[in-house]
Amino acid sequence: MDVSIRKVRKEFDRFPALHEISLDIRSGELIALLGPSGSGKTTLLRLIAGLESPTGGAIFFGDEDASRKSVQERNIGFVFQHYALFRHMTVAQNIGFGLKVRPRKTRPPASEIRRRASELLDLVQLSGLQDRYPHQLSGGQRQRVALARALAIEPRVLLLDEPFGALDAQVRRELRRWLREIHDATGHTTIFVTHDQEEALELADRVVVMSQGRIEQVGTSDEVYDRPNSPFVFGFIGDSSSLPVRVENGHLWLQDRMIGLSAPHVPDGPATLYFRPHDVELVDGCGGCIAGTVVATHRVAATRRLELEIGGERHRVEIEVPAERMAAAGTRIAFRPVRWQVFPERRNGETAVHRTEERELALTGT
Amino acid sequence: MAIEAFLPAAVGHSMRPMRKATTERAGVRLLLMVIALAFLGFFLFLPLVMVFVEAFRNGMSAYWTALAEPDTVAAIRLTLTVAAIAVPLNLIFGVAAAWAIAKFEFKGKAFLITLIDLPFSVSPVIAGLVYVLLFGAGSALGPWLKSHGIEILFAVPGIVLATIFVTFPFVARELIPLMQEQGTGDEEAAISLGASGWQTFWYVTLPNIKWGLLYGVLLCNARAMGEFGAVSVVSGRIRGLTTTMPLQVEILYNEYNAGAAFAVASLLAMLALVTLVLKGILEYRFGDSIAARKH
Repeated sequence: MDVSIRKVRKEFDRFPALHEISLDIRSGELIALLGPSGSGKTTLLRLIAGLESPTGGAIFFGDEDASRKSVQERNIGFVFQHYALFRHMTVAQNIGFGLKVRPRKTRPPASEIRRRASELLDLVQLSGLQDRYPHQLSGGQRQRVALARALAIEPRVLLLDEPFGALDAQVRRELRRWLREIHDATGHTTIFVTHDQEEALELADRVVVMSQGRIEQVGTSDEVYDRPNSPFVFGFIGDSSSLPVRVENGHLWLQDRMIGLSAPHVPDGPATLYFRPHDVELVDGCGGCIAGTVVATHRVAATRRLELEIGGERHRVEIEVPAERMAAAGTRIAFRPVRWQVFPERRNGETAVHRTEERELALTGT
Repeated sequence: MAIEAFLPAAVGHSMRPMRKATTERAGVRLLLMVIALAFLGFFLFLPLVMVFVEAFRNGMSAYWTALAEPDTVAAIRLTLTVAAIAVPLNLIFGVAAAWAIAKFEFKGKAFLITLIDLPFSVSPVIAGLVYVLLFGAGSALGPWLKSHGIEILFAVPGIVLATIFVTFPFVARELIPLMQEQGTGDEEAAISLGASGWQTFWYVTLPNIKWGLLYGVLLCNARAMGEFGAVSVVSGRIRGLTTTMPLQVEILYNEYNAGAAFAVASLLAMLALVTLVLKGILEYRFGDSIAARKH
C-alpha cells in the first residue's frame, strides 16, 4: 500500500509539532523516521495511524484519503515502544484480539483465530508460548508478541514507534535483523520511528531525517551518510567535525590562509566546512592545509582519534589517524579533508541555501 | 553516648553491634510499637469487642429475638436496599468520572476533581440539609413534588440521594490515580487493532482496573451501609419505614434497649470486619493493581 503524506501540519495548543510535511512512501518499502527527540517523528507516525488528527493536509493510503477515517477503519498495525500488551490476556489471546473484536460478519471462528495465532507465533519464533502471560516474557519476547498481534489483522501499513527503544543493545541488534527478515517475508509497507541512526541506516530502505518538525532529507543510507544536504544531517548522522570558514572566489579560507580546498559554486561569504574524522589525509608541511595543535588523543578500536585545536580561535575538531601514528599532546599536525562539504551560512530571514559539493569535486579538490 | 562520640570510630564500632543507619535501637522500637498498639487497642479494638460483649450479654436467644424484631428487620432490609441502589450508581458515576479525568485533557479538570472530593470535606449533616432545602415543603420544588405525589424527603429516595452524595468519592478516588498511571497505551493498542470504544472499555480498560474497582466498591459499600448523619437528616425516622440500621441502633439505644441496640450494632461491626478482611485480601493479592496502596 502506497502512503502519501501531503502538506500535513500538526499543532498542539498552537505549538507547531510539524510544519507542512510531504512524503511519498512506496508499497512494500521499509522506511525509518529518524531524528532527535522533539523532531516530530512520533507525531508523524501517530498521524499516519490516526491516533492524532492533522491540523492541515491529508494522508492517502493508495488513492484513498485515510485522514478522514478513524483509527479502526484505517486497518493499520501499530507497535508501541512499551509493547502495550494486554496484561490479563495470554499471548494467544493478545494476538487474536484484533480478529476477536471484528464485527460478526467478518469475524473468523474461534478455532481459526487460534490457528492464526499459532501461525504468527511461529513467524515471530515464539512457538509454544501461546499460553504464557505477558509478565512471564522477556522484553524482546514481548515486542515479538506485539508485532505478531499487529500483523494478525493483516494491516495495510505497519507502524512501529521506537520498537526496540526499551530493549538492551544485544537484543536490539538481533530483533533488528529479525524485523528486516519479517518485512521481506510479509512485504508490508513498514514505517518505524527511531532516534538511533545505526538502527535506521542498517534497517531501512530509505531514511527520513527529521528535525524541529521538518523533513531535512529523504534518502537511502548511502545518500544521507555520503551526501547530507544540510549541516543538520551532516552533524546528526555519523561522526563529523566542522570549522567556520570563508569562501572567496571559490576558494576556502580559514582566517588568513587558504586551506587548499576549492568550492567554485558556493557564493562568497562565511560558511561552515564539514568533514568526517576518518575522511582526512595527513600532510607534511603546510602549503594549503589545516594545521592544529593536538590537545588529546584517544585510542578507538583500530584507529587513533586526535582532538585538535585550530587557529587562534581554538576551534576543536576531531580527526582519525592510523593507530600506529603516535601524537603527543602539544605537537602540531597538518591535514586536509579528502571528502568534505561546505554550507554557506544561513542569511537572516532567508531559507537556508544548501550547495553540496559533489564528491568527485571534493576528492580532486586540491 | 557522649563518651562514645569522642572515641575513634573503630573503637566505637567494636563496642556496639552493627546496625543500619535508618534503624532505631531496640528500646526505641519497642517503645514506639507499644505506644501505637496501646492507642489502637484502647480506641479501636476495645470498643469493637465491647459491641459484641454487650450484644451477647443476655444470651444467644435474646440476640436473635432482638434481630427478629419487625422494625429491626425492616431497618436491615432498608439498609440493604439503599446500598443496592447507591453503590451501583456510584460505581457507574465513579468509572465515568475517573475515565474522563484520567484519559482526556479538558478545561476545568482540577475543578472537577475538587468537586468529587467535596463529600469528603463537607459534614454529612450538611449534605442531608442540602436535600431538605432542595426538596422540602418550603423549597421551590416542594409544592410541585407534592402535587405530583412524589415523595423524596422522609422516604427511600431521599435516603438514597443522601447516601449517594456521601459515598460518591470512594470509587472515583480509587480509580483516578490508577487509570492515570496506566495511561492510554493499552486503549490505543486496542483501537489500532480495530476495537470499538465499547469493546476497548469492556475487554481492555475494565480488566485493567477490576481490582481497584472492587476495592473502591467495597469501601463505598461499607460507608453506604454505615452512613448516619446525612441519612438521619433526610429520613424523618419513621420506625419500620425510613430507619436504616445505624438509625435503628440510635433509636433502640435512646429507648434504653441496650441489648437490642448492640445486637444491631454487632451486625454493622461484622460488616466492617468483613470489609476489612476482604480489603486485606485484595491488598495482599492484588496490591500492585490497587492505587490506594501505592499512593
